[in-house]
Amino acid sequence: MNMTDINSATVTAPARGQGEVILDLQNISLRFGGVKALTDISFNVREHEIRSIIGPNGAGKSSMLNVINGVYHPQEGRIHFRGEERRKMEPQVAAAQGIARTFQNIALFKGMSVLDNIMTGRNLKMKCNLFQHALFWGRAQKEEIEHRIKVEEVIDFLEIQGIRHTPVGRLPYGLQKRVELGRALAAEPELLLLDEPMAGMNVEEKQDMCRFILDVNDQFGTTIVLIEHDMGVVMDISDRVVVLDYGRKIGDGAPDEVKNNPDVIAAYLGTSH
Amino acid sequence: MFYRENGQFKASYVEDLRIFKVTQDRVAVLALVAIAVLLVPMLASDYLLRAVLIPFLILSLAAIGLNILVGYCGQISLGTGAFMAVGAYAAWNIGVRIPEVPLLVQILLGGLCATAVGVVFGIPSLRLRGLYLAVSTLAAQFFLDWAFLRIPALTNHSASGSVSVGTLSFFGLPLESAWQKYLFCLGFVVVFAVIAKNLVRTTTGRQWMAIRDMDIAAGVIGIRPAYAKLTAFAVSSFIVGVSGALWGFMHLGAWEPLAFSLDRSFQLLFMIIIGGLGSIVGSFFGAAFIVLLPIVLTNVPALFGLPLSVDTAVHLEHIIFGSLIVIFLIAEPHGLARLWSIGREKLRLWPFPY
Ligand SMILES: Nc1ncnc2c1ncn2[C@@H]1O[C@H](COP(=O)(O)OP(=O)(O)O)[C@@H](O)[C@H]1O
Ligand SMILES: [Mg+2]
Repeated sequence: MNMTDINSATVTAPARGQGEVILDLQNISLRFGGVKALTDISFNVREHEIRSIIGPNGAGKSSMLNVINGVYHPQEGRIHFRGEERRKMEPQVAAAQGIARTFQNIALFKGMSVLDNIMTGRNLKMKCNLFQHALFWGRAQKEEIEHRIKVEEVIDFLEIQGIRHTPVGRLPYGLQKRVELGRALAAEPELLLLDEPMAGMNVEEKQDMCRFILDVNDQFGTTIVLIEHDMGVVMDISDRVVVLDYGRKIGDGAPDEVKNNPDVIAAYLGTSH
Repeated sequence: MFYRENGQFKASYVEDLRIFKVTQDRVAVLALVAIAVLLVPMLASDYLLRAVLIPFLILSLAAIGLNILVGYCGQISLGTGAFMAVGAYAAWNIGVRIPEVPLLVQILLGGLCATAVGVVFGIPSLRLRGLYLAVSTLAAQFFLDWAFLRIPALTNHSASGSVSVGTLSFFGLPLESAWQKYLFCLGFVVVFAVIAKNLVRTTTGRQWMAIRDMDIAAGVIGIRPAYAKLTAFAVSSFIVGVSGALWGFMHLGAWEPLAFSLDRSFQLLFMIIIGGLGSIVGSFFGAAFIVLLPIVLTNVPALFGLPLSVDTAVHLEHIIFGSLIVIFLIAEPHGLARLWSIGREKLRLWPFPY
């Protein structure tokens, strides 16, 4: 596997990991009826770092992201985002605070074009009201164009110029994942949550996606929380890694520490046969 | 001149944001509007205007309204007829009680009343979806049917809820002959079609479609589902209410609650399914289809010396509607509008398909 640009990027990784804590999760527990999805989990995310969450299927990784951006409300625990504590928060509020995400199972707007999907990502930044839209004159048109320019930057960044007018439902899986990243990026988030952005991709697509993630982190300074199964990728691009198993945290630290943690090894060996 | 986009490079986003991007389309639409405004009133017979074109225009408008709710925002409604009734009766009541109010204002206020009622009956959509929402809008239909039939105050104590409008005028101009009414309706349809198109191509429309396609993801990018759904109900019922007022004032002249029954709700739903869910132009196709099919069925066989009895024509009509709806729902949910755009796509390349 050719991963030169990934490796060269790792060189700068330690410098990035030094930022302030922007997201702090303390003693998070989440239950669905009798199912304990998360049990007493604490960890934090520092500004500008790439923080990975790994663990076997059903470990609670996606639930963790859902807690962070307000889709799920944990029964116990505290969350501080940029120093402010919050208990129960709706996803819309999380979005307004600068948290964007992609989903494990692509959650694009299937009936809309690539362009419209990514434009939708900017909806919180667009201030015109319904009456102005109805007339589509002056301010509304100017706003649409301003944001279109931003969206075209995202489209160029992700190298999807050729498909901007294609309905997303007609795109192959790998490109859909890329468009979903585009929709999240269009919001210019401070914190980007990526749920298995490379799952189901071939090697080449994975490399592209890795490159995009590193570039986002590097060029825009976006903090990233990444769920990924490909250990090669995780160990290469993460600053720090959290390991979950059956809803509990069993490891936390730099990639090398985590790789050698006996609990982690056991969990992975335990589920791999 | 081939129908072609090649060579028409878009130098700016303004051009790319146009409703009709291909120059030929723009020319064609302008020509169509010119014909509709100038030639049709001169050439069309009274029958054609009254029995075909006016109903076509008003039903197109209602279909646009319903399409915003169902096609763009994904909320099902079986109460369209009732919302038309609200528009019609409200406009009528305003006219009866405050005769000074001009007709245009009367109709727009009728639309606003429908908006208020539509939003109230839209509230269940914040909790219900699919079949359950359909049933709750059905309840709106039955409740409003009942209200106009049984609450005498709503119909100024007329017997059996039937009402009629007097002579109409538009800022001093008489609105009596068929062509005058036709032009009046045409004005509404053009204005509201443009407004609807503007809404669906900007943030408002993208929010509706986002809710339709994936509401969880919509929430996560900051869209408030309640706001998106209720604005869809509001805009939709406003347009539907205006179309109801036009239906009462311009087409029927006198009506009773039955004119806006559940049948009307279903007819409009069929229109947007056949025409194309989530398409403004499809709303016109659907309305044209529904208005024209019965006329074609009664007249065309007669031309070939095979006159159909009225009964047979009606039965045939039902069979054709029924099967088309099933076919479109299964094979082409985007309806005639999609076939139209496939046709144009092909034409764009014709005669060199590469
Ligand atoms: N909405 C939900 N309702 C009920 N159970 C859920 C829900 N979401 C997640 N779970 C449960 O929580 C556990 C963790 O799931 P998830 O977070 O998706 O794991 P992962 O992403 O690590 O594979 C699983 O047992 C799953 O069944
Ligand atoms: Mg998961």
